Amino acid sequence: MLKRKSTRTTPRSRGEHPAQQVPDSALSRRGFLQASGVAGLGLAALGGARRTATAQTAEEAETLPEFKKTICQFCSVGCSMWAEVDNGVWVGQEPAFESPINQGTHCAKGAAMREIAIGERRLKYPMKRVGGEWTRITWDQAITEISQKLVDIRDQYGPDSAYWLGSAKFSNEQAYLFRKFAAYWGTNNVDHQARICHSTTVAGVANTFGYGAMTNTFNDIRNSKSIFLIGGNPAEAHPVSMLHVLRGRENGAKMIVVDPRFTRTAAHADEYVRIRPGTDIALLWGLVREIFENGWQDQEYLDQRVWNIEAVREEAEKWTPEEVEHVSGIPADQVRSIARTLAENRPGTLIWCMGLTQHTIGSSNTRAASILQLVLGNIGKTGGGANIFRGHDNVQGATDLGVAVDSLPAYYGLAEGAWRHWARVWDTDYQYLQDKFASKDLMETAGMPLSRYMDAINENPESLDQPNPVKAMMFWGHAANSIARGPDQMKALDAVDLLCVIDPHPTQVAIMTNKQDNVYLLPAATTAEADGSVTNSNRSVQWRDKVFDPLFESKTDYEITYRLAEALGFADEMFKHIEVVDKNPQAESVLREINKGTWTIGYTGQSPERLKRHMRQQENFDSTTLLGKEGTEVEGEYFCLPWPAWGTPEQNHPGTPILYDTSKSVAEGGLPFRARWGVEWEGNNLLAEDSYSAGSEIEDGYPEITLGMIQALGWESELTAKERLIIALVGADAFTYDLFDISEEEAQSRISALTLSELRSRADAESGDIDGSWQGGQGGRARDVDQNLSTMLEDYPEDARTAIRAYLSSQGEPAEGQSLPVLERIRRVNWKTDLSGGLQRVAIAHGLAPYGNGKARSYVWNFPDPVPIHREPLYTPRRDLLPEYATYDDRRLWRLPVKYMSIQENDYSQEFPMILTSGRLVEYEGGGDETRSNKWLAEFQQEMFAELNPQDAGTAGITDGDMIWVETPEGRVRVAAMVTPRVGPGTVFMPFHFAGFYMGEDLTDRYPTGTAPVVAGEAANTAWTYGYDVITQMQETKATLCRITQA
Amino acid sequence: MARVKFLCDTDRCIECNACSTSCKNEHEVPWGMVRRRVVTINDGQPGEKSIAISCMHCTDAPCVAVCPTSTLYQTDIGVVLHDKDNCIGCGYCFYACPFGAPQFPRATLFGSRGIMDKCTYCAGGPEENGSEAEFKKYGRNRIAEGKLPICAEVCSTRALLAGDGEVIGEIYRERVLSRGFGSGAWGWKTAYYPEEA
Repeated sequence: MLKRKSTRTTPRSRGEHPAQQVPDSALSRRGFLQASGVAGLGLAALGGARRTATAQTAEEAETLPEFKKTICQFCSVGCSMWAEVDNGVWVGQEPAFESPINQGTHCAKGAAMREIAIGERRLKYPMKRVGGEWTRITWDQAITEISQKLVDIRDQYGPDSAYWLGSAKFSNEQAYLFRKFAAYWGTNNVDHQARICHSTTVAGVANTFGYGAMTNTFNDIRNSKSIFLIGGNPAEAHPVSMLHVLRGRENGAKMIVVDPRFTRTAAHADEYVRIRPGTDIALLWGLVREIFENGWQDQEYLDQRVWNIEAVREEAEKWTPEEVEHVSGIPADQVRSIARTLAENRPGTLIWCMGLTQHTIGSSNTRAASILQLVLGNIGKTGGGANIFRGHDNVQGATDLGVAVDSLPAYYGLAEGAWRHWARVWDTDYQYLQDKFASKDLMETAGMPLSRYMDAINENPESLDQPNPVKAMMFWGHAANSIARGPDQMKALDAVDLLCVIDPHPTQVAIMTNKQDNVYLLPAATTAEADGSVTNSNRSVQWRDKVFDPLFESKTDYEITYRLAEALGFADEMFKHIEVVDKNPQAESVLREINKGTWTIGYTGQSPERLKRHMRQQENFDSTTLLGKEGTEVEGEYFCLPWPAWGTPEQNHPGTPILYDTSKSVAEGGLPFRARWGVEWEGNNLLAEDSYSAGSEIEDGYPEITLGMIQALGWESELTAKERLIIALVGADAFTYDLFDISEEEAQSRISALTLSELRSRADAESGDIDGSWQGGQGGRARDVDQNLSTMLEDYPEDARTAIRAYLSSQGEPAEGQSLPVLERIRRVNWKTDLSGGLQRVAIAHGLAPYGNGKARSYVWNFPDPVPIHREPLYTPRRDLLPEYATYDDRRLWRLPVKYMSIQENDYSQEFPMILTSGRLVEYEGGGDETRSNKWLAEFQQEMFAELNPQDAGTAGITDGDMIWVETPEGRVRVAAMVTPRVGPGTVFMPFHFAGFYMGEDLTDRYPTGTAPVVAGEAANTAWTYGYDVITQMQETKATLCRITQA
Repeated sequence: MARVKFLCDTDRCIECNACSTSCKNEHEVPWGMVRRRVVTINDGQPGEKSIAISCMHCTDAPCVAVCPTSTLYQTDIGVVLHDKDNCIGCGYCFYACPFGAPQFPRATLFGSRGIMDKCTYCAGGPEENGSEAEFKKYGRNRIAEGKLPICAEVCSTRALLAGDGEVIGEIYRERVLSRGFGSGAWGWKTAYYPEEA
């Protein structure tokens, strides 16, 4: 047999690392390979073919390729990769084995990311539709015309008639700038993808535990004893997370998958549970009941750390396994056996995604799931947790930084106090901001959610709670085909005066509208063309390097934001303290401003320097705990400082890898539950009892930290002069921006010169409450200090009682027309408003959590259903379950009327007898404009389809591959049939990533020449029906009705 | 001398297609040619298994045996490579291969399939290592750079292993030992102590 040597090693420029750029892991990489299994080629056996630098001269070195580390642009796992850049061109992609998160691995999307640098199908220059024809224009013309039209619309209809639809693809810095931009424009109509992916998670979980985020890390799933996935298919949506999930399973964890489809994830589970879409609460309460019935609950945990589980028990009582079977279709015995498995295999993790969130009762589903974990005592433990996998690469960060209709950055809400807080950080007059808005009222009211943007345009003005409907629609990194109700969207896109798409691709918006003029397409750069930080699902804030300069005429989102702000006349005010180079705001400088204001969620410790250090030293973090290894520069810190990283960067908080973990001190990343709901509610104690994080000096529950509390506990002297000065001036509303940089000596002299009368004279405004983002964070302000207090506090130690008294004494509101004395206002400065970080620092020094030590809440009094209850989808096939499990009455929410009962009361189940559900494919993401334009991905998934059970296919006379119509009461799509037992009889599934066809009609010739994605198909959402969550207006895209006919 | 192999752990493969797209990315394989693909059996039902398939670089490679022009050859580490300059597009290798590895750019009724293409184990071809000509015909030569095939390096769940057959065989054996079948067997947890199961 012919043999030739392949071991000759001739170095070549394409594969060369210059010596100084060899990733730090060059050596550890080999060690890693052995451990992980991609091993053993025995590099030595090949004659030591390690890359070596060959450059001898400076000229040669200049031509060598560079290696840049970037973060994958697709999902929220946050995979690192090395990009090999030769002469400005991204020519190769290498695995980053040293990343503790993905450890060198990728899914189809990450492995094909480099295609965006070729970008054949991208939008290449600004375009405008003139008389129906796409015409190339310059950036200057585009910005001038768009801003002029925006100003006209503002003059005629008010600022709320422009809708700023942002993106989960923004870096943290861009997300923050975008929210800030909307504030300076004067509207709260600013939103992004989180609304339609995990808004119900954020609302539900934040109202249960305190923060609305994934509690543990991907890596921590390796420690789980049971892995319970409900409404999630990570094998397709978050494939790299399966690296950890499957390792957990191989370590012995029992893996259970609940889903209407036998998914790729289910194929790896120990047990698969088929559920009827939209009946998750039935199952969850059935499990809770079974656990209580057998006494498997963690009673000590419930007593110490959970409030009002009794209310849940009462509701769960009716969910016998037989009733669960009746409603959800899950066999009663299976319910019993799952409950046993979960009880016997603790700690266990509960993972959920869109299957749980995208329902009219989504925010109840997420609470029920959280409560199940509380009953099992699984929250705040390694191996446990509510591990909510977020969607896009930075959807967590964009949510945190307030690209949302109901909050300023960091969940401060929209109350006056929140505006004053951010006005201080922005060094802008509060009055200046208020003047931008149509009214103070609209400034403090949540805008219209993106899921309803078509109604915001189509509704008649009288039924809106704002002056006029939306007239300018700005799609800045958001697809239309991921939003339900195609026909209504089409009508809306025709009706607006100005339609603008700012995106690397034209998206479905460009082809869906019949508007002949005033449609603009601006080419935005992709994530690889700009630097900045991104927060992955487990809250680690990773720094992403820019790989190459924006392609064609694309511009970065930073620059487009700046240019628009400039044209609209507020760039100087908005970028007052942000470094701007060539109209490009610098990410590091923006992050420093973020650090100055985001105290609520601890985005304050993640300075650019610290993040970059972590990215450079990825190999120094443990691959399970994410803890920096001993003897390294990052010792004791968690990888990329999962928020909250309390205090200023100088305070060196290590980040919090596992939320609510009391086994660690706060200084080491531990936390109790957040005392977010106050101290008591209707005589019930909401503070933790006999439970506290390690090292806490108060060995019991306590409220959130205020200056008053620190004073009462006798720790005020531990504040530095600068901290005291800042706190005093924040309290007196006399803070000035220069105080951020003041020296300790100067602060000392200024504080001794500060007199009360001076403070009084400076304090001219009323400070409002701060809280309440994602509608419903607040509540529980204690009214009566004395009454129940003495009995309630009997068992608390003296210092806890002191803290509680101090907190309560400054809770009352002043009488009408009066304002609080200035000293009282200073006492009320708290861990969220103190811009010095001093209160957080002193609290942590005494082992206290800045946000207090409260109980998790299983009864949310400010929600329509304080205890989650099952309600049938609006389009339900089970009329027999009505009215027992009926939906809500119609109501008004978020400036809009919302239909519930008026839809459910009609019986569509005769005409549309099948259940329709939707989901993802591994090759594509979201609306799919980027991924379907990527030829390496598109080749593996070329046709839109609907999954159909063989039984139903037989009845309808359909064979695999036939074209069929999937019709719902509101629309229809023409797709290929995929006949498979993956879905149960009576259920139809469609992926939602496709676009280009509309109800059978091919619209792809409407794309500007050369920009049509490689693969086109019907958008599932064209046919998708009405239905919105009652708290967040999440769209219902998991359960509706349809019928199937031959096409 | 090391003998390299591929091994796909079907208990871990989730059909994420990273191996397939990374191959396209690394070698800029044109549309229509797929050097590695993932095959799923029992799709959508219990017992579903996925496996990543490409050229397996067989020990006694049938493609090498049937090739009339000595286009196919095996290197000293067991990699089956091909010389595109010799290929006449006869398709014998395609018929001989049990894994469907050889790919042809054209399919016409009368003959001409074009030049064969297949997985190179990321080891390039007969041209000078790292040369432009090699890249154009075969893609990157990672082996010459001291790296492993990209598909295995990026596999999302570490299902696909590549490297010295002895070593990856041992890794797989250890995996099976540690995840075990015993503890998954019916009744073990009840009958024996969990830590012994």
